Amino acid sequence: VTDLLSERQQLAYIAGQAADARLNLELETEGMTLNIGPQHPATHGTLRIIVRLDGEQVVWAEPSTGYMHRGYEKLTEVRTYPQINTLLNRIDWLGSFANEVPFILAAEKLMEVEAPPRAQYIRTILFELSRLANISLFLGDLGVQLGAVTPAFFAFRDREHVLNLIEAVTGSRFHPNYDRIGGLKEDLPKGFIEDCRAVMRKMRTYCDQIDDLLMGNEILQARTRGVGIIPREIALQYGLSGANLRASGVDWDLRRDQKIPMAWDKCDWKVWTHPDGDSFARSWVRLQETREATKIVDQLLDGLPPGPIMAKVPRIIKVPEGEAWVSTENPLGEMGYYLVSKGDLGPFRLKIRSASFNNISVASWVLRGVYVPDIVTILTSLYFILGDIDR
Amino acid sequence: MSETVEAPALPGDGLRQSIIEELRRRIGDGVVEHLLKPQDDLWIRVRADRWADTGRALRAMGFEYFCFLSAIDWKPSPFGRGEDDPTEPPPERTTEIRQGYAGGETRFQLLARVTDLRRHVGVTVKADVASGDEDGAGTFAVQSWHAIYAGANWHERETHEMYGIGFEGHPDLRNLYLPTDFEGYPLRKDFPLLARIVKPWPGIVDVEPMPSEEPADAEGAAIVAGEDSAAGAEAGPPGQGAAAPDAVERALGPAPTDAEETPVPAPSGAADTLRHGSPEAAPETATDTSTVTEETTESAPDHVTPADRAEASVARGAADTVVAEAAAPDVAPVAAAAAADVPEEPPAAIPTVAGTAEEVEAIAIAAAASSREADQAAAEQEAAGSPGAEATVGVASGVAGAAGADAVDIAEAAGPGAAESAEFESANVREAVASAESTPAPESASDADRDTGTESTEAGGSPS
Repeated sequence: VTDLLSERQQLAYIAGQAADARLNLELETEGMTLNIGPQHPATHGTLRIIVRLDGEQVVWAEPSTGYMHRGYEKLTEVRTYPQINTLLNRIDWLGSFANEVPFILAAEKLMEVEAPPRAQYIRTILFELSRLANISLFLGDLGVQLGAVTPAFFAFRDREHVLNLIEAVTGSRFHPNYDRIGGLKEDLPKGFIEDCRAVMRKMRTYCDQIDDLLMGNEILQARTRGVGIIPREIALQYGLSGANLRASGVDWDLRRDQKIPMAWDKCDWKVWTHPDGDSFARSWVRLQETREATKIVDQLLDGLPPGPIMAKVPRIIKVPEGEAWVSTENPLGEMGYYLVSKGDLGPFRLKIRSASFNNISVASWVLRGVYVPDIVTILTSLYFILGDIDR
Repeated sequence: MSETVEAPALPGDGLRQSIIEELRRRIGDGVVEHLLKPQDDLWIRVRADRWADTGRALRAMGFEYFCFLSAIDWKPSPFGRGEDDPTEPPPERTTEIRQGYAGGETRFQLLARVTDLRRHVGVTVKADVASGDEDGAGTFAVQSWHAIYAGANWHERETHEMYGIGFEGHPDLRNLYLPTDFEGYPLRKDFPLLARIVKPWPGIVDVEPMPSEEPADAEGAAIVAGEDSAAGAEAGPPGQGAAAPDAVERALGPAPTDAEETPVPAPSGAADTLRHGSPEAAPETATDTSTVTEETTESAPDHVTPADRAEASVARGAADTVVAEAAAPDVAPVAAAAAADVPEEPPAAIPTVAGTAEEVEAIAIAAAASSREADQAAAEQEAAGSPGAEATVGVASGVAGAAGADAVDIAEAAGPGAAESAEFESANVREAVASAESTPAPESASDADRDTGTESTEAGGSPS
């Protein structure tokens, strides 16, 4: 493995490997167990992390989940397809609409229905708006975790505009429940296009501000560069996805790299990667993705085709027997549904593959050997939503 | 940093076929069955005792990315979908176990998916897990993938606690979600969903007839009606919420297969006027009408010539036109389009629309004008943090429902921030203002393909 790593990555790797052996040897210190959470400001919810310390250094760490487990996989088995949408909204609650899309696509795949082009465009637009609503908060939160409060206010200020757009379209700010098998609930409201363009301009300004405030900030760089390095091999093995994977130098984005009835292939945008794999790289890639998302939305608004927003589907939805796997590149990473249908009103089994579950499972690997203050930056840069871990 | 829109080489069925053959070559009779769905996906069922071999072989074949691992219980639930009427005797249910794609012999099946990122292809592998007895009470285990794909650790823990499947060689099969002393395996089909046992599904006990109609009997079974009404209220097809009588009509329609009529593309020149169809939407309409989209202008019907629009706008009131023209001459057609839209609203909506639309129109036109001005000017306005500019944009972005008080809130919320942003903008004004779409500096630094990243990010950090 070490052949593939850069020098800096090797050091981190060795530090992690050595940490286990070091306890009680150097200074004959006693280990200490520290609970971070379940109620801790750095954990966005109720993730509890148990760390074993040797002095200031983490010897062993283990996230303890389950404080928000809602049993969605069981609940989906007693609900109908339209009802399931409301549950899925609550998995990653910052980018709710994006949760609905892969499920709807999976059902459509089995029903052999495809949404009309206009619906695909609007879906993609809202998907990217969800991304903006989600990641803009990350960028603000990144500052807060490092002691800089201002970016959080910027984030909440500008995220508000995006939420207003989502509300204008779907009627709901957080849990849209807007996607339907075969299309969408409604068309865009009047005036949306102009408003959306204005908001995209604002979001680009916001990105520039964050770029100046945070990314160029010496303190942030000192706290995040070379901290929490995840090499490519490890990232792939753990199934990291989204910006966490791309920050480890893997050029992989499901928006580009799979055939899917959405409109991403209709526009010109970039997949950003970073070779370092550290906390800074993860944050930096997310910032670039936010910019790209505004460009995608702008281009989709330009090319928005007219036409219906709903394909022909039966009034009572029954999905034919079969199995389908559909995943999309959600704000947090790869979100997928393995849908098993027996031809009923609801699924026989729905496996929810959420991004944060894999993304945070690497924590016990990456936290080994780091110092206590770095725990916070690493967890922040891995970026998880509790509902997305526990489901 | 790679260019995007180059079409990726999508996996063909030939590639998938070769994957099956290579896996056969590597693990021999470990492959039991496979299913290749053309242009879709690949399922391979392997023997459970070759599960670890399968993982190793797949990894060696380039499937480096671990997606998920889980299981399926194929036994039909004895509780159905939890929608039985508790006053009735429980219905007869099939107990036949029928496996899905790629077949199967046992009640429980492992399910895992791995992806090859270079060839852009994923594969779903399954394995039959034989249990000690038919109830799944016996101990049964497969080899762990933990040493092959480290990420399988948590997935196996979850599968263990939810299905009771053991994994040999797993370092730590503690419960991930459930309390340590939890008894039972929740995702097994014979594990009851207690919430549904304690309190029956409300859809079955509270069957209410549709308003102003007799209870639906065309469908016969009450369960269908209950199901449907619940589904309709929650997530009905479009139009059902907006036009209730219509929905009732359709709900009572003779044939359930009667396909849902798709919303006709609005003939009135506004492709996105769907929610203007109902009178209740009138207040929203007023706000909406105010901001006019390009779309509206473009897709205006042929019979509305520019001359017509001009007339209409004159008829709407000279004051509006004056405002529009004073703001920017080229906005006049847009304003006209807004005006021309109004008579096309449903008759019931007209009074309301006409009442408020005129008020809002003036603001809207100003907003449209300001946003249509050169980007530079707009950016400078924002940079100056002028409250007027913020208020306008607030109105513009506060679409349906966010008018009035909300808009004020937005403007206020943005106030201090705007002052802050003014500093930034003025600092960067030479560059940032050059175009509002100022692309990030890193982009220019990204010419060197996949440079060290350090260089590019530092370039991004200091746009000097």
